[in-house]
Amino acid sequence: MAGLATSLGAGAATNSLAQMPDIDMLFLFGSNPTEAHPIVSIYLKKALRKGAKLVVGDPRQTWMAKRADVWLNLHPGTNIAIMNGLVHIILKNGWENREFIAKRTESFDEIKKHVKKYDPKTVEKITGVSKEKLVEAARLYSHADKAMIVYGLGVTEHRTGTENAMAIANLALVCGHIGRPSTGIMALRGQNNVQGASDLGPSPNILPGYQPVANPEVREKFEKAWGVPISPKAGLKSVEMLDQACGRSFKGLFILGEDPAQTDPNSNQVRKALKSLDFLVVQDIFQTETTKYAHVILPGSSFAEKDGTFTNGERRVQRVRKAIAPLAGMADWQVICKLSTLMGYPAEYSHPSEIMDEIASLTPPYGGISYERLERQTLQWPCPTKDHPGTKTLYTDLFSRPGGLAKFMVLDHKGSGEMPDKEYPFVLITGRIREHYNNGSMSRRVSGIMELIPEEHIEINPDDATHLQIKENDLLSVSSRRGRVSVKARITKRMQTGNVFMTFHFPEALSNFLTSEHRDPIAGTPEYKSCAVKVEKT
Amino acid sequence: MSKGKIKIKINGKKISCSEGDTILNAANRAGIKIPTLCHDYRLEPYGSCRFCSVEIKGMARLLPACTTPAADNMDISTDSETVQRIRTRLVSLMLSNHPNDCMRCEADGDCSLQDLAYEYNVDGSEYGGERWDLPIRQANPFITYEPNKCIVCGRCVRICNEVVMAGTIDFTGRGFNTVPDTAFRTARTLSNCEFCGQCVSTCPTGALTDKKGRGKGRAKDFKKVRTTCGYCGTGCNFFLNVKDNKVVKVTSDYNGPVNHGNLCIKGRYGYDFIHSPDRITKPLIKKGKKFVEASWDEALGLVAKKFSEILKKHGPDSCGAFSSSRCTNEENFLLAKFVRTVFKTNNVDNCARV
Amino acid sequence: MAVTKTRPKTELKKLLIKVCVGTGGLAAGSQAVLDKFSRQLKSGGIKAEITKKCTQRTGCRGFCAKDVLVDVIRNGKKSTYQFVDTDKVSRIIKEHIIGGTPVKEWLAGPEYEAFHSKGTKVLLKQCGEIDPEDIESYIETGGYKATKKALKMKPEQVIDLIKKSGLRGRGGAGFPTGQKWELCSNAEGSPKYIICNADEGDPGAFMDRSIIEGNPHSVLEGMIIGAYAFGASRGYVYIRAEYPVAITRLKLAIKEAEKKGFLGNNIGKSKFDFDIRIKEGAGAFVCGEETALIASIEGARGMPRSKPPFPVYQGLWGKPTVVNNVETLATVPLIVFKGPKWFSSIGTKTSKGTKVFALTGKIKNTGLIEVPMGITLKEIIYDIGGGCPGNRKFKAVQTGGPSGGCIPASHIDMPVDYESLQEIGSMMGSGGMVVMDDTTCMVDMARFFLDFAQNESCGKCLPCRVGNKRLYERLKDITEGKGREGDIEFLLSLAEDIKISSLCGLGQTSPNPVLSTIKYFRDEYDAHIREHRCPAGVCEAFRKYIVNAEICKMCGKCFKECPSGAITWKRKQPAFIDRDKCVKCGNCYEVCPFHAIL
Repeated sequence: MAGLATSLGAGAATNSLAQMPDIDMLFLFGSNPTEAHPIVSIYLKKALRKGAKLVVGDPRQTWMAKRADVWLNLHPGTNIAIMNGLVHIILKNGWENREFIAKRTESFDEIKKHVKKYDPKTVEKITGVSKEKLVEAARLYSHADKAMIVYGLGVTEHRTGTENAMAIANLALVCGHIGRPSTGIMALRGQNNVQGASDLGPSPNILPGYQPVANPEVREKFEKAWGVPISPKAGLKSVEMLDQACGRSFKGLFILGEDPAQTDPNSNQVRKALKSLDFLVVQDIFQTETTKYAHVILPGSSFAEKDGTFTNGERRVQRVRKAIAPLAGMADWQVICKLSTLMGYPAEYSHPSEIMDEIASLTPPYGGISYERLERQTLQWPCPTKDHPGTKTLYTDLFSRPGGLAKFMVLDHKGSGEMPDKEYPFVLITGRIREHYNNGSMSRRVSGIMELIPEEHIEINPDDATHLQIKENDLLSVSSRRGRVSVKARITKRMQTGNVFMTFHFPEALSNFLTSEHRDPIAGTPEYKSCAVKVEKT
Repeated sequence: MSKGKIKIKINGKKISCSEGDTILNAANRAGIKIPTLCHDYRLEPYGSCRFCSVEIKGMARLLPACTTPAADNMDISTDSETVQRIRTRLVSLMLSNHPNDCMRCEADGDCSLQDLAYEYNVDGSEYGGERWDLPIRQANPFITYEPNKCIVCGRCVRICNEVVMAGTIDFTGRGFNTVPDTAFRTARTLSNCEFCGQCVSTCPTGALTDKKGRGKGRAKDFKKVRTTCGYCGTGCNFFLNVKDNKVVKVTSDYNGPVNHGNLCIKGRYGYDFIHSPDRITKPLIKKGKKFVEASWDEALGLVAKKFSEILKKHGPDSCGAFSSSRCTNEENFLLAKFVRTVFKTNNVDNCARV
Repeated sequence: MAVTKTRPKTELKKLLIKVCVGTGGLAAGSQAVLDKFSRQLKSGGIKAEITKKCTQRTGCRGFCAKDVLVDVIRNGKKSTYQFVDTDKVSRIIKEHIIGGTPVKEWLAGPEYEAFHSKGTKVLLKQCGEIDPEDIESYIETGGYKATKKALKMKPEQVIDLIKKSGLRGRGGAGFPTGQKWELCSNAEGSPKYIICNADEGDPGAFMDRSIIEGNPHSVLEGMIIGAYAFGASRGYVYIRAEYPVAITRLKLAIKEAEKKGFLGNNIGKSKFDFDIRIKEGAGAFVCGEETALIASIEGARGMPRSKPPFPVYQGLWGKPTVVNNVETLATVPLIVFKGPKWFSSIGTKTSKGTKVFALTGKIKNTGLIEVPMGITLKEIIYDIGGGCPGNRKFKAVQTGGPSGGCIPASHIDMPVDYESLQEIGSMMGSGGMVVMDDTTCMVDMARFFLDFAQNESCGKCLPCRVGNKRLYERLKDITEGKGREGDIEFLLSLAEDIKISSLCGLGQTSPNPVLSTIKYFRDEYDAHIREHRCPAGVCEAFRKYIVNAEICKMCGKCFKECPSGAITWKRKQPAFIDRDKCVKCGNCYEVCPFHAIL
């Protein structure tokens, strides 16, 4: 989210899902909503039925790509080149929104100069997308009245993830397609409370509400409320904690509801780090790859067993309600409170609503949110005061950057951290399928889903399959510089030649043994979406 | 369509509405209830069940309120003798081809047809004649289809084609034998079905039911708890149906601001992990190579002790925590606070900064 | 079968042979007749006298009961032969064409003359005269002059002209065509569409098919003029796949019209672009309903949509659309060419022009007729149709197809126009006319039409789907002797409810046959229910299989037909049926010329 935050001010979707049916032009980029976000896709489908134009940027020919007016079938990891190329075409043809650029943005001249070198011919060479398609996509996007860019993890899960998001912001800004209903940038969130977890402070350099740790005034506010001094030093990112665990300077780790041993790339390295810790506590609802390395496992509570709130991808804060008593007797929030108390910092809340009241008092965007209000309505932040109705569309007036202006960012194509070569000739893309979810610890325990999709498959283009003499359901060995897995083949035209696709739902055939160690240097996001692999018949 | 204001009269009451509004919408807004069966506001108006038919002055025929746009000066009656007669007729015709076995029906207590039969006090026995005798279809893990209970309102067909755009089911047959089904009556598993259960959510009778919830209780037995889905970041709302402290079913919350009752396979059917036998229900402490069950006090005591020791020996920055975007806002806030107030470090991170 | 592009008029005068190759003619073997004429004329030393281009196919001329019909025009004198087969060709050539003396015993009789002379042939005039597979043949007789004329007018002038003519839709409801065009012209949205409804589904009706087979360009012209008038850029002809001849000719006609520049871009340099596509229907009756037809073109299941909103506002793909019937469209160029005054001079005050009917059932001269609006039923049935065969008593006529109603003999002096038919509980419909005599059971007839309706119901709306089924079941019960007191009231109230609550025209009119037969022939229902008797002797359940010795003429026909040996008969003695052996097959009943078997 650092990308949008840098360009626009806040790391959040600019619009609301309910506005989607009214869009005239949908630019879907690095997102496969019919599989990963089926309910979002319902909104988008409604727009398409009403006649919205569709441009899809995706190396796979997804459901949406099949129905697109233009399918930008880019090579994985060439997002910035595409975006710069589109901006180039728009400026060259005079399709930009000059008024918007003049009134609401800064640094335009720099980017104008910068994108000159991203002429269609060059971009075609880098991305594999034809000039004609690029021009048509640029035309459709810039000419639409209500144009929305919807992007997903195909944008962010690259080593240039943050910059990719900035590049998208550049495109929207150049056309002035932001700050109006049904017009803006929507980032689709992978997990239920990605937005909330970002908002509320479990980050090494920011306190709840994106308030920097480095800012003494902010620290003072929290110190006053919490009664202890706050360290002014930025903490370690998760990847750094794991690195330092291997270096033996980081000793004790508490993991709440995560499974880095399966979901982080380069799993072998992660597991080594977890093993090196002096003390590892994992709280989860199931045994996972990660709990194997724990010294103490604490039972977690599922969403049905506790009260609380989730914040969805459109900044909407919604209640989670306790339907049954926690199976282990205590909900997660109660466990943290108890531990805190045991360690000398009494934390006594009788109900999560009291925690929310504290959040509201310290976190400006959540300032007006309370359980009492949430019983009557859901609220989209920013909702600074008790009488604020919440915000459906961001930046209708000002951007939340200093000065209220959005900033064009100068970005260059860098490509993926690891490119295919003679030894590892395929690009592995990873992602989700509709029936399963992330590490699969939940969905693999749903009767029926395992009946439908019991095991992993690797998707491969028919031509590649013919070349390698692979037939449907053949068992393949897929290896990268970091590991090897066995997985069955699924031959499909959805894949372009040279690319293969796997999910990360199945520990038996885990794609994250293969994925690379490259990360986005700003957000620390791993490059899940592209690494080089070799595919062989076993 | 232009949005000029027009005036209409419903049951003698003067109402102002927008041009292009259907009679049904105008009536609903004015608090006048018109019964419907084939209507679901997630779908385009259809007009097949004819239940919402109203009498309009100057028209020989009744017109369905759901599809008919209101026009200026329309004089509408929603409860005239003719309207009532037709509604009675429609319920009885529907029941004339229905098993009428409510006592063992999964949808008992949650069935629009049952409600209407009660309200209009008819059973359709006066017609005699043919009744469907079609086999139950359930060659899939999630959806049971009892075509004999289908009233052919087309809601399942429309939600599958209009909303989900999966195209799994459509009408088959003609005339009296028109019935929604998959192409060539193949199993849903072979017919492109996404198993979102949207068809189940919109079915007004017991024709389409959730297979996993069958026999586990009926509408009146459940405590319904409105909550937010724990899978992806869309934030769909639904009801957890609870009986005896167990979640046995998920049903749609049609007022959900995000999803309006729409759900996907995981949201609607992905709940059984909650009661999975694999759940960790007691704290576990590793002793040697094995994990041994422990009490909360013992486990948390150990955790507190161990962290305190490390912190004391190696300083605040030797410890840290990963928070989760799977957990609630409150838990994320608490964990961040815990690390900063107890560990006294900023070593806290989550996977969500993407 | 090459076709001449420029036919020397002098040759035409000399000799022309016209063979009917409509579907009716083809079924009777006209292709073989045509081929034989061509072959024999080509060979056999008569080349010197006549050209080889002298045979011509023509469309249906209506009198299908007499097919194959062949016109021989020799030196300007026309003779029409009926029931021609290949065996007759040689003699016609020898005696008539070469010898100059027509073969008298094969010539069409006075009925043929009557059949044609009583009607007013406006629309069908060219059917049977021109070659439907040759655009030149159409143009020679004034074709596409109307288009050229219309394109020189302003679109609103064309609409005005059609409005003035008083033309009303020939598909059933009789909505004024000009007004429909005007509504669509004023409707917001683009593009706009014009659809020709050629999904002729009424049992026994073939008006539209004959027009398309006989004169496809007239329909195209109507579409072009309409499209120009209200601003459509594309037309569709929705035609049943069961009409292969019509489809082939229409495709050819479109191709030829495109070549000649009557279709395509910038037609007649008027900056008007228009093209026509053909969509073949799968034969569902309900697809004749305009909204179901539209759904079918869109690729959806042919199910009607609620009106309003009407297609003129939200039709094909949600855009303004006019759906016109074949006959309506074929009339348009005539009106444009000859002027609205000419058209409105034919017919009655509210129903202008002529109407084509397919005359079928218990009538001597079956076939296609075109009559002026306002003609009486009596004129149609007796003067043109020649009355019921075997001089049986005319009982009723069903107009408007399965959706119409029956009109009893007591109303035979009634004029045929939209209002009169509606008043009496029937409708104009698309022009089916099924004649019934005293051997028709009215209950059985209602049962037949309801069976049709319930089978053809699309299944969308409840009253039509289940209601018609229940109507049908009750009628079936009555015809099978299971009728009970109160059934008539049951039928009346259910039929009425179906009518007012169904979604589309099919459901709204499908109970008409029940209602009109009960209205006019309630005594027949009573006879079935109370007396367990079928007055017309049609319903098998009531047959007693007893020989009425007083009527029996002792011919022995029944004895010969009985498959189970149940009948005993000796010369000069009435037959006797042994009811133990009788299998109730009905053979004796059917074969008895004197209706002596009860």
